[in-house]
Amino acid sequence: MTILVLAEHDNAQLKADTAKVVAAASAIGGDIHVLVAGSQCNDVAQAAKSLAGVSKVLIADSAVYANQLAENTAKLILDIASDYSHILAAASSVGKDTLPRVAALLDVSQLSEVVAVQSEDTFVRPIYAGNALATVQSLDDKKVMTVRSSAFDAVAATGDAEVVALTQAISASTEFVSQTLTVSARPELGNAGIIVSGGRGMGSGENFAILEQLADKLGAAVGASRAAVDAGFVPNDLQVGQTGKIVAPDLYIAVGISGAIQHLAGMKDSKVIVAINKDPEAPIFQVADYGLEADLFDAVPALNNLI
Amino acid sequence: MKVLVPVKRVVDANVKVRVKADNSNVDTANLKMALNPFCEIAVEEAVRLKEAGVVTEIVVVTIGNKSAQEQLRTAMALGADRAIHVETDEELVPLSIAKLLLAVQQKEQAQLVVFGKQSIDGDNNQTGQMLAALADMPQATFASEVKVEDSNIVVTREIDGGLQTLKMALPAVVTVDLRLNEPRYASLPNIMKAKRKPLESLSIDDLGVTLKSHQTVLNVAPPAERQAGIMVSSVEELVEKLKNEAKVI
Repeated sequence: MTILVLAEHDNAQLKADTAKVVAAASAIGGDIHVLVAGSQCNDVAQAAKSLAGVSKVLIADSAVYANQLAENTAKLILDIASDYSHILAAASSVGKDTLPRVAALLDVSQLSEVVAVQSEDTFVRPIYAGNALATVQSLDDKKVMTVRSSAFDAVAATGDAEVVALTQAISASTEFVSQTLTVSARPELGNAGIIVSGGRGMGSGENFAILEQLADKLGAAVGASRAAVDAGFVPNDLQVGQTGKIVAPDLYIAVGISGAIQHLAGMKDSKVIVAINKDPEAPIFQVADYGLEADLFDAVPALNNLI
Repeated sequence: MKVLVPVKRVVDANVKVRVKADNSNVDTANLKMALNPFCEIAVEEAVRLKEAGVVTEIVVVTIGNKSAQEQLRTAMALGADRAIHVETDEELVPLSIAKLLLAVQQKEQAQLVVFGKQSIDGDNNQTGQMLAALADMPQATFASEVKVEDSNIVVTREIDGGLQTLKMALPAVVTVDLRLNEPRYASLPNIMKAKRKPLESLSIDDLGVTLKSHQTVLNVAPPAERQAGIMVSSVEELVEKLKNEAKVI
């Protein structure tokens, strides 16, 4: 049994998600190989080879893979798939884009957002915005799945795997035009220990400055509800929820967020939840460990002064 | 240009579902059903492309039991021209759905297939990508902006770190994200008109597709309940609790 893990990276750095997907692969058991598909991505391969439990790193370094377009990467994985019993990727925008294509080309079903491994063919995944957990046994000869990285702890960087270069460079018809990334000095949402999130109650994009101050003091990442994104307060990649990012930090501070089903789906596995809201009936208080009924414009600056 | 829009009937987004007592599945009996919100956005985008003169015909398709025809009527009230219903009582995995949609696509020869990025019940986020793979078409998932330029389509996608723009030749598959548009409401005259629009009903056999069994759902359980904690009376108390009780700051 050999497991292939698609590395999550930006050509320069290996993302922490990869170490978490390797942890899921270790729970399945067997040999673990990591595929780094990118351009000028040797540093990523060097980082991947140190992940505990990984025995081989495959590096496909070509301009074709620079933007990790699903069409190209799926064909590359298909090319080497005969060696593997399981193919895993993080449930990130790249993993979700690519793996269903791989699964369809292999004529196997895919399991999305796996949160627990029960055996080599049985896995647990949330459905209905996390309101039910389905235990699913795969009958396919190859198991293709995306892994919810917030459900697994990263493996240590203690290994030393061999690095093997792949020579395939499969080019497809999609053309990359441009990319705009949100630049931030704060930690990434998915890996932050503390997240401070704002909702409609923030009132405007300018008011998010008070959350950012608090976040900087706590070394936290800033998140948002869909309402805050739709109203244009913050960019969409900060959205936490069923259709945004799924997070599970040690501390999640929800400010001016009512707590709709779709938002809770993205954060209710956080260790400690704090809610600050002036509506005592807000559903967020039903999941909060500590609730404070107060006007956020008084409470957040006060919090900022005390920390 | 013809557009194919696959849509799905799901439990309304505001309903909190409960798991059946025998843990076989979630209980959807007597719940309010609706068009999947992402599918609504896909239909709206197709209608806007038609209003812009880019698209000539919009065909909506669904796979499911008889009552799913309700959602096809909704989609036609929003502006789709005709509908195809592939009738089955079985619950199918996305790969099987994609295979059926491939057969429909081959029959219809649409230049563009617009999907919702995921259904809010299965939360799979797979079907669009799978159809693209089976049909060997390029794909643009999680679209927040779509522009058709002659025989190409330019799509801006929502990715983890921000936005990305791709360009691809038609025919292509696009799956839509929440930010793409604000779906319209169906007016009463349009709802009445939709009743007279053509709705073709097909069986899986009609499409000549053989499906495999891919997985068994062993158990469906409610997630661990999270208990409500305590209400604190002041910011000072909150900070004190976080420092000394929860020890998280």
